[in-house]
Amino acid sequence: MAASVFAIRRSIGGALTAAALAALILGTLAAVAWQARGLSALGPWDLRAIWFTIWQAVVSASLSALLAIPVARALARRRFPGRGLLITLLGAPFILPVIVAIMGLISVFGRNGLINEGLRTLNLPELSIYGWQGVILAHVFFNLPLSVRLILQGWHSIPFERFRLADSLDFRPRDIAHHLERPMLRAVLPGAWLAVFLVCLTSFTVALALGGGPKATTVELAIYQAFRFDFDLGRAATLGMIQIALCVLAMLTSRWITIPAEFGSGLDLSRNLRGPTGWRRLMDGCAIILAALFLLWPMLAVILRGLPQISQLPAEVWTAAARSVIMAVISAFWAVILSLTLALGIARSGSRLIELAGMLPLVASPLVLGTGLFILLRGTVSPQALALPITVAINAIMALPFGLRVLIPAARDLRRNYGRLAESLDIKGWSRLRFLILPQLARPIGFAAGLAAALAMGDLGVIALFPTDMPTLPLKLYQFMNSYRMAEASACAVLLMVISFALFWLCDRGGRLA
Amino acid sequence: MLELRDIQVTRGDFILKADLAINPGTRTAVIGASGSGKSTLLSLIAGFLAPETGRVVWNGTDLTESAPGKRPISILFQDQNLFPHLTAAQNIGLGLRPDLRLDRAQQDQVAAVLAQVGLAGFSDRKPENLSGGQQSRIALARILLRARPILLLDEPFAALGPALKSEMLTLLDQITADMGTTVLMVTHDPNDARAFAPQTILVDDGVAHQPVATAALMDNPPAGLKDYLGLP
Amino acid sequence: MKTSLIALAILSAAPAMAQDKPVLTVYAGDSVTSEWGPGPKIEEGFEAFCNCDLKFVTGDLLPRIMMEGAGTEADIVFGLNTDVTARARASGLFAPHGQDTSDMSLPVEWTDEIFLPYNWGETAFVYDDTRLENPPKSFAELLDAPGDLKIVIQDPRSSVSGLAMLLWVKSIYGDDAADAWAKLAPKVLTVTKGWSEAYGMFTEGEADMVLSYTTSPAYHIAAEDDTTKHAAIFPEGHYFMAELVAQVASTDQPELAQKFMDWVLTPDFQKVIPLANWSLPAKLPQEEWPDVMRDLPRPQKTLFYSEDEAEAMRQPALDEWLQAFSQ
Repeated sequence: MAASVFAIRRSIGGALTAAALAALILGTLAAVAWQARGLSALGPWDLRAIWFTIWQAVVSASLSALLAIPVARALARRRFPGRGLLITLLGAPFILPVIVAIMGLISVFGRNGLINEGLRTLNLPELSIYGWQGVILAHVFFNLPLSVRLILQGWHSIPFERFRLADSLDFRPRDIAHHLERPMLRAVLPGAWLAVFLVCLTSFTVALALGGGPKATTVELAIYQAFRFDFDLGRAATLGMIQIALCVLAMLTSRWITIPAEFGSGLDLSRNLRGPTGWRRLMDGCAIILAALFLLWPMLAVILRGLPQISQLPAEVWTAAARSVIMAVISAFWAVILSLTLALGIARSGSRLIELAGMLPLVASPLVLGTGLFILLRGTVSPQALALPITVAINAIMALPFGLRVLIPAARDLRRNYGRLAESLDIKGWSRLRFLILPQLARPIGFAAGLAAALAMGDLGVIALFPTDMPTLPLKLYQFMNSYRMAEASACAVLLMVISFALFWLCDRGGRLA
Repeated sequence: MLELRDIQVTRGDFILKADLAINPGTRTAVIGASGSGKSTLLSLIAGFLAPETGRVVWNGTDLTESAPGKRPISILFQDQNLFPHLTAAQNIGLGLRPDLRLDRAQQDQVAAVLAQVGLAGFSDRKPENLSGGQQSRIALARILLRARPILLLDEPFAALGPALKSEMLTLLDQITADMGTTVLMVTHDPNDARAFAPQTILVDDGVAHQPVATAALMDNPPAGLKDYLGLP
Repeated sequence: MKTSLIALAILSAAPAMAQDKPVLTVYAGDSVTSEWGPGPKIEEGFEAFCNCDLKFVTGDLLPRIMMEGAGTEADIVFGLNTDVTARARASGLFAPHGQDTSDMSLPVEWTDEIFLPYNWGETAFVYDDTRLENPPKSFAELLDAPGDLKIVIQDPRSSVSGLAMLLWVKSIYGDDAADAWAKLAPKVLTVTKGWSEAYGMFTEGEADMVLSYTTSPAYHIAAEDDTTKHAAIFPEGHYFMAELVAQVASTDQPELAQKFMDWVLTPDFQKVIPLANWSLPAKLPQEEWPDVMRDLPRPQKTLFYSEDEAEAMRQPALDEWLQAFSQ
């Protein structure tokens, strides 16, 4: 009796969290609309922005997924020294603060970048990073790591025994592709594509810096302009709703496309398989080297430029850095609590609705969310006292979908493998968390925490909305730029990048060692 | 003759040594405590593991460098012998052509072996719709079709009940007798060894010993095996 | 959870426990409060005689104030731009400054009774003479410049300087502004969200010219000893921009707020502006400007629309601009 009551309560935990999340995201939207006394109609430029947003998100997501396949395959079937480190490093662009990434991309692909300088010496036409191609280049730069990670996970999810059986039956690489890899890709690709699509749907700074002009305006940018330029909260709310509708539509479509992979669980025997040789080996080598060049070069460029100035940064930068780290850690903590509650709820009930709610933050506009919260809470607390807590809360919520992507499958496996055992032993509540859930899910929890911390570290969108006398590190970076101090800004960028990456690495590593 | 010449393989702090020979067409049981290295021995022969030293030789041909699928060997694992997303006929057909482009004659061959294992009419079933015994039969049908001179069995019937297991062993007996297959079978059960294999390799203390007559070994087991079998 | 609450409390409570003096809360733009911005000096200067605690709060100014309404904690709003005065005035949230503005060092006449300028400058294209040897000598020359001349500008929908440029082009070309934009568009490398991204691209060498201010070269000369950066001075004129300060009508510190407003135009305050804000002081005789500002080439003509004109022109001018960039 007690156990069944507890079971019900626990699944309610997930549902309640999901409901709160949906209420928050839709409620803030409603608050903005209410403040504006209704929704406003959209102009022709807004419609163009919607069209461009969808178009660039489709292209960016498709390109990221396509390019990720050979890279993930090469990483899955080759073993070389430093492979683990490379996989971790290749993930870095995803957690890079946007402004830092753009600095890096420009120094490689810009008019004065190394590539164009090379092309000029060879008398070849130059590449332009400005315009839609720049937006897509930057989006692929950010999201290729995400796609590679998700697809690599797919490869790792094919049980070792399948490869062993294939080997014993003398499968050629083509047969492995046909019987093992293609069914896996069929199952994994829609999810990977969707994740990138959704991230690109809310892109803001990238489009603004590299878009080349109003032709490359995204919906999120239109929301910002509605706030900043027109004070038209009604239009902001309408655009926010469109963004969410696009998300829900995309998610429903991909649900329909996705076919669950039929790969039972396997013993995680250490792999000792030889990858195919010959030209395939060469191709894998090229894929890995090209991906590493594309993803690591811009970061290296940022580091080389900023590193010499770091020692000259004033003390207040370090204070801001410490403040950012504390906020990022708290954000990560809450992100893990929320996503774990949701993931366990989803594993228990299999509810699609909870999952959908968990993915909503991915497309909720941080601007609408922040402004809505502000409207809802004003009058109760001083806005200045709200700035940091709201920033922490929004960052935690924004990191949720990424945490969920790794936690949901892990929670499902946990339930499938040990759920009945735990129930028969009546392990519940705290001891279930302490002895079953935390140890078994340590890896995905560490990964989710690291991701949340890094994303919160680089956040600028939310914090900039609120008045504060306590700047964070990204804000500090902007202040440098605003005071003509580009050298200090690039030092700040290195600091920001290193801290973000260190936070991610520490959490991820911690999860692995736990 | 299947020869393991001065083999040594290390996995972590576990070392397995083997220096033995098995006559073609014989059936050999492989017995030993859990973790003694029985499966390692089979992986070595099948080519999933490369030895640090020594050679694997079949009838004078050195197999040590060959890929698993290129060896004259079929293997049945404990589980995961079938692809869950393919039908019974497809799973069997893989034994002929991994790309499954089977011509008329080959399709007939698949149907024939299906009938031979008593599953005619099951060709379109997927593994999830087959019982454990039926799944084993499908795997056996593929062995039949591939007709490799060496068959390695890594406890493939461990999960089946006694009646089903003896049924499988009987079926296996027919198949391998017809083809004169050299069989190595890992087993926990001394009775299986006695019933199926005239000779037995004892894997104990990091060494796979030269095969000896099963009956003699069971009647007068050395200390390590005695403990494992729970004999006084 | 407890730890996180404590950490948050520490994060946000530290300044509140400073002292019991009355607090003057000043909402300010980002650039004001950084170490090199005028913020620290203003804070120090005011606190020296006000017997109060001046507290800067950074953030996006007007949207914030509009949403907070009369309940805002701000006593002073510092750093509003000339482009938002119409809407700020309409909100009714601000009180008159009560200063004499007849004797300002501005190139335009200032009669606004609510918004008080504390600095000014003009829009201009800045270039580096080592990279661009023959800069265009007029706006017309810029429009006719060869296609490989690349400039970076800011989006008028997200940036103050971007909006100023919209009005700049309008004031020079009037009804032909659309044609002017159509000529300029192919030379625009990219349009950024704000000034800092664009200026960053320029210093990286990505663009030959950047939309900035006539006073920008002063920074490079004074802080970096770099005399290669110049503002291209055009005979057609340059558009006036000023940053404004206003007191909030609903302030709970009316006397302090007034004291602050009274201080803004004094030399004590104005002398801080040139080398901290990198702009010109609103009320300071030229003899008292730092050399680096006094020696800068000055435009002969300053363009400026009245608040009502600018407000009426904003949307149509924007549509022209969008149209030009969507061809």
